[in-house]
Amino acid sequence: MTTRLFGQKITRREDPRLLTGHGRYVDDVSGTAIAAAFVRSPHAHADILDIDVTGALDVTGVIAVWTHEDLPGQAAERLPMLIPHPSIVAPHTGYALAKDHVNFVGEPIVMVIAENRYIAEDAANRIEVEYSFREAVVGVEASREGTRIVHEGMEDNVAAHIVQDVGDVDAGLEGAPHVLELDLEFERSACMPMEGKGVVARWDPGEESLEVHSSTQTSTGLRAVLAAKLEIPLTRVEVITPDVGGAFGVKINHPWPEELAVACAARALETTVKWTEDRREHFISSAHERAQTQWVKVGFDDEGRILGLDVKFWHDNGAYLPYGVIVPLNTSTHIMGPYVIPTFRVEYWSLYTNTVMVTPYRGAGRAHAVFMMERTMDAIAAELGLDRTEVRLRNFVRDFPHPMGLRMQDGAEGCIDSGDFVTSMDKLKSIVGWDEFETYREQARSEGRRVGIGLACYIESTGAGPYEGGHIEVESSGRVNVWTGLTTHGQAHATVFAQIVADELGVPLETVHVKTGDTRKLPYSVGTWGSRGAVMAGNALHLTAKKVRQKALRIAGESLEADPEDLEIDEGMIQVKGDPSASMPLAAVSVLSNPLRYAFDESARAATQFAKDSAEDEPSIGPGEQPGLEEQEFFSPLRSTVANGMHAAIVETDPETADIRILRYCVVHDCGPMVNPLVVEGQVHGGVAQGVGGALYEKMAYDADGQLLNASFMDFLMPFASEVPHVETDHLETPSPLNPLGIKGAGEAGTIPAATAIASALEDAEGIPIRSMPLDPSTLWHMRTNHAAGELNRSR
Amino acid sequence: MVRKATAADAVRNRVNETMKPSPLRIHRPTTVDETLDLLAARGDTGKILAGGQSLVPVLNMRLAAPSDLFDITSVVGIDELEVSDADGSEEICVGASVTHRRVERSAEVTRTNPLLGEALRFVAHPAVRNRGTTVGSIAHADPNGEMPMVLALTGGRIEARSRRGERTLGAEELNIGPLETSLESDELITRAIFPALSAGSRTGFDELARRSGDYALAGVGMILDVDGETVTGLRCGFVSVTDVPDILDLGEAVSGARLSDASEVAATVAEAARDFIDPGGDIHASADYRRHLAGVIASRLFRRLCRSDGASGRGTAADSRGEDSPVVTTGDDTERRRA
Amino acid sequence: MTEDIDTEPTSNIRLAVNGTLYELEVPDRKLLSDVLRQDLELTGTHVGCEHGVCGACTVQLDGEPVRSCLMFAVTAQGHEITTVEGIGDDPENPSDVQQAFIDCHGLQCGFCTPGFVTTIDAYIDENPNPTAEEAREAVSGNLCRCTGYQNIVSAVCRAAELRAEGASQ
Repeated sequence: MTTRLFGQKITRREDPRLLTGHGRYVDDVSGTAIAAAFVRSPHAHADILDIDVTGALDVTGVIAVWTHEDLPGQAAERLPMLIPHPSIVAPHTGYALAKDHVNFVGEPIVMVIAENRYIAEDAANRIEVEYSFREAVVGVEASREGTRIVHEGMEDNVAAHIVQDVGDVDAGLEGAPHVLELDLEFERSACMPMEGKGVVARWDPGEESLEVHSSTQTSTGLRAVLAAKLEIPLTRVEVITPDVGGAFGVKINHPWPEELAVACAARALETTVKWTEDRREHFISSAHERAQTQWVKVGFDDEGRILGLDVKFWHDNGAYLPYGVIVPLNTSTHIMGPYVIPTFRVEYWSLYTNTVMVTPYRGAGRAHAVFMMERTMDAIAAELGLDRTEVRLRNFVRDFPHPMGLRMQDGAEGCIDSGDFVTSMDKLKSIVGWDEFETYREQARSEGRRVGIGLACYIESTGAGPYEGGHIEVESSGRVNVWTGLTTHGQAHATVFAQIVADELGVPLETVHVKTGDTRKLPYSVGTWGSRGAVMAGNALHLTAKKVRQKALRIAGESLEADPEDLEIDEGMIQVKGDPSASMPLAAVSVLSNPLRYAFDESARAATQFAKDSAEDEPSIGPGEQPGLEEQEFFSPLRSTVANGMHAAIVETDPETADIRILRYCVVHDCGPMVNPLVVEGQVHGGVAQGVGGALYEKMAYDADGQLLNASFMDFLMPFASEVPHVETDHLETPSPLNPLGIKGAGEAGTIPAATAIASALEDAEGIPIRSMPLDPSTLWHMRTNHAAGELNRSR
Repeated sequence: MVRKATAADAVRNRVNETMKPSPLRIHRPTTVDETLDLLAARGDTGKILAGGQSLVPVLNMRLAAPSDLFDITSVVGIDELEVSDADGSEEICVGASVTHRRVERSAEVTRTNPLLGEALRFVAHPAVRNRGTTVGSIAHADPNGEMPMVLALTGGRIEARSRRGERTLGAEELNIGPLETSLESDELITRAIFPALSAGSRTGFDELARRSGDYALAGVGMILDVDGETVTGLRCGFVSVTDVPDILDLGEAVSGARLSDASEVAATVAEAARDFIDPGGDIHASADYRRHLAGVIASRLFRRLCRSDGASGRGTAADSRGEDSPVVTTGDDTERRRA
Repeated sequence: MTEDIDTEPTSNIRLAVNGTLYELEVPDRKLLSDVLRQDLELTGTHVGCEHGVCGACTVQLDGEPVRSCLMFAVTAQGHEITTVEGIGDDPENPSDVQQAFIDCHGLQCGFCTPGFVTTIDAYIDENPNPTAEEAREAVSGNLCRCTGYQNIVSAVCRAAELRAEGASQ
């Protein structure tokens, strides 16, 4: 019997193509298409008084110049509020091209279409926009004060406000022998995929239809919104997501203003129009994430057991709120982490500022939650003089399922479905050498070196619904074609989904070919976000393959005159269990499944009407049957499955320069059974690297006027290999009861606790409370000075 | 001080951002004479293009929009890298189109002026050094650049030619401000000349950058003259913390000190360095931190030079404490030693 | 300042790319990265930042890695350019470096990968037996947002092994 492919470290099937220059990313599509460039606001907050495009029209090679006035019908209305939520009190979204006002530096105002991008930029530079300036609202503090308002007609800058609670937190805190308060801050960063966004829109005047290639994370979502905004039937719009050069969340919002504007232009000009975002545009107009100001009050007993946790936080959502409150909502629902918190209250305010809007970035608010909870755990340990791992062990959830009592981003009640936190902690302590660290610290100290160790635990709701689908077709050649509607941006879907299907169909992996994100084949899908690809599409394809298998065995059973129950499929051959002589290839079943009049090749001949014995008295296709060995199935879970993990870091800080180095980084990760451990490890490595970026290097440095000061790879310090530590990993595989494969999501896991684990280690090394991340050498050096002067010792 | 006009300034100063250059005409002269003719005719609105590693990003962002570029990479006679003997003392002549990488790889350079090679390894990354030129860096006069500092610290000079004639400029005459030289728009630097270091000199360079290959937060180059066990001279140059590559001569302050007293003297060196420099603050580090950091690097570098013969490989400021970390941070798990 | 937009300067150039000599007319200002991708349809070279930091557009110029976004196509004349397609363009028969990336799971989205492949292909000629630490330094001029670099570092060492095996056969 063939070895089960599920769980194997199988090298990726997409690699040979991507490595040899045969990838097809959105900018590779229609290389000669006419190109769009955008005039963007240089001001964070202003009214547009006049736009003079005359200069642009004089440039040879310019084809069209569009302002808001040129957008037709629904396309001229505000962009949609994609995810409504009861907490949203003031929903504001922007336009495809700014109308009357601009609310952040980078907001698109004019679209120029020209023969190529060079000329489009020449022309864009000749367009003059006259502004009347308003004062910008930048940062949580300015927004919270509310003396200046981002959106006209509002009395403050609050976009959303919500309170969720579990039990009576006031009573919990009142009865607690110990109470601590922490003020915390988390900076902005961004997904920053290596490929920016991009769209190629092709209008077919004959068919009056639109075909769009986009680097979107949701081809079905983009299709629906373009059809609505262009006011054309859904069937006349198709969206294809080709290879995507990373996304990490930023490509989930839709439509991006440029996607809509370019689609409008393609239709108006009856041609193909392309826009490829450049890096500068990506910095100032694609979404950011992360800025929050947080306050925690915790009550606990002498043993360090938490009795009550009261949290307030203020979330900077930027100028607009098209993706709703997913980020702060995720923060609020993940704070309790892997712990039993008897009484809990979380209240948040999501605030408008005159900066780039905030939508999910890998972890999507969960990293902020971990920062609050784990900084609190360390503070409790310090207060009571306990080991930091011990405090966590005393608070861990030990009984599963563990209902959380909160409503999550999928609208369902949160529940930790499975896990084994105690074993995870044991593993982590063992890998990193937690118990031996004091010896190492002493040794380092004797050499004049300063080191510290830290940890962070997290949970992550993954695999959110509502659903994903699979479509599988076995060709008469034996080739297995697999489609799922969600998109791919590095997740190895062509490999892991093929593993799942090949297992169920009993075919060699090489015969399985996976396609994703193409609405022409599977128009029902949600998208790739929130660590849901493997859970949702993986299970959908597993179920679809089961259906194909059942049909194949039934047809083969008739042919082999055997009970389908007695049949098995191995290496693409269907055979009677224990009797390989009675067998037929799956390919032959595919032939039989599709009765033919015409023989086009040798195998087709077997399916034609005179090839069979004289017909029994029944139709070729029975009632309720369909021709072809082809099935579609969907998977829809009750609720999200909750993955978990724990990270530990050992850092060294230079006693003089305050330079920070990560000496070791260890991960224990539990995402249930791993379809492909090679791929899961890769996801963890990449996630940690982004976490390290967020901990020590990356921030969005806005000045008070709302100008982003570091909008380039020279000044936005994404880590190179030299800055990222080697990651040591270990895994638990606790199955989820919530889906047939028992799997949980893994995509965001590496990022979520990384900054917090590093903060914990830095605090341990320095003996200074770390309440704000990221941290760079200059800031650390000033903190030391302030601490020495007695100015930095709150909460400790 | 003013930081380098690069990508960052596009953000600060520009209205419409772009990533494609404005229309321009590229000339590819093959002789110096031809180049000088072009410069005489169109130098005021054109720019010399050598490796382009600093210039092209600026063009792509349209921070500059020259009408013409004079690509000198095919010009005969300015591609030579040689050590020559001038009046009995050796010197390294680096032609205008010689890449950083050629200089860095030259055994002759390492032998005669190890400081040059050591500092070069801190210039961006290999792919940039493969194309970028040493003379181009000097002409760019970036206070964050290592090469202008090395030229100044080692007492080097450049030769510039124009239709009007030829002149030789020492580093102090060349560098008049951040990103500003005393060259005229019709002049071409044909070569830079770095004198050989004297036999008794120990040299070193170190800097701390946020990431490998980034501009330094602060960097220090040092030439320590030693006679036996006694210090006879000390000169320091700085990166990213002075407007122009001014040289701090601590000869008087430290001469006569014993190498074995390095630790005490190092404090003096650090203090003098901090007094001498004039760093600015930005989003990556405050001015106070840079000042502090430059002192730490100077102190460590001085102690390192007192310990050894000066030559050393690439390291970070953290590494230059001289102790190896007991934990290997890269490689397979099996290679790892437990903390 | 931007004179003569209507009569943009162009040049007839001869570019040697992956062993083929191309003759074409391009605007003087057109970046080598754009000419490779648009005029020669060699879309394996990717553009990630256009200011020389990310390294996705790295190609070999006479065997040495350089940023193709920091070069004008006009000035690339007289040099041999090798893109990722020139390293190996047959998915069935990848080069040693490409195979090493497969073996080590050295790529995820694949966008930065061509720049790493061209860089590493040149590097292991220079250092045929790198340590893990040297391998890490060798790839520290290229940005990757997916992998965390760990498997790319392994791929450098693996590629060196494969090249040595290839040489001894």
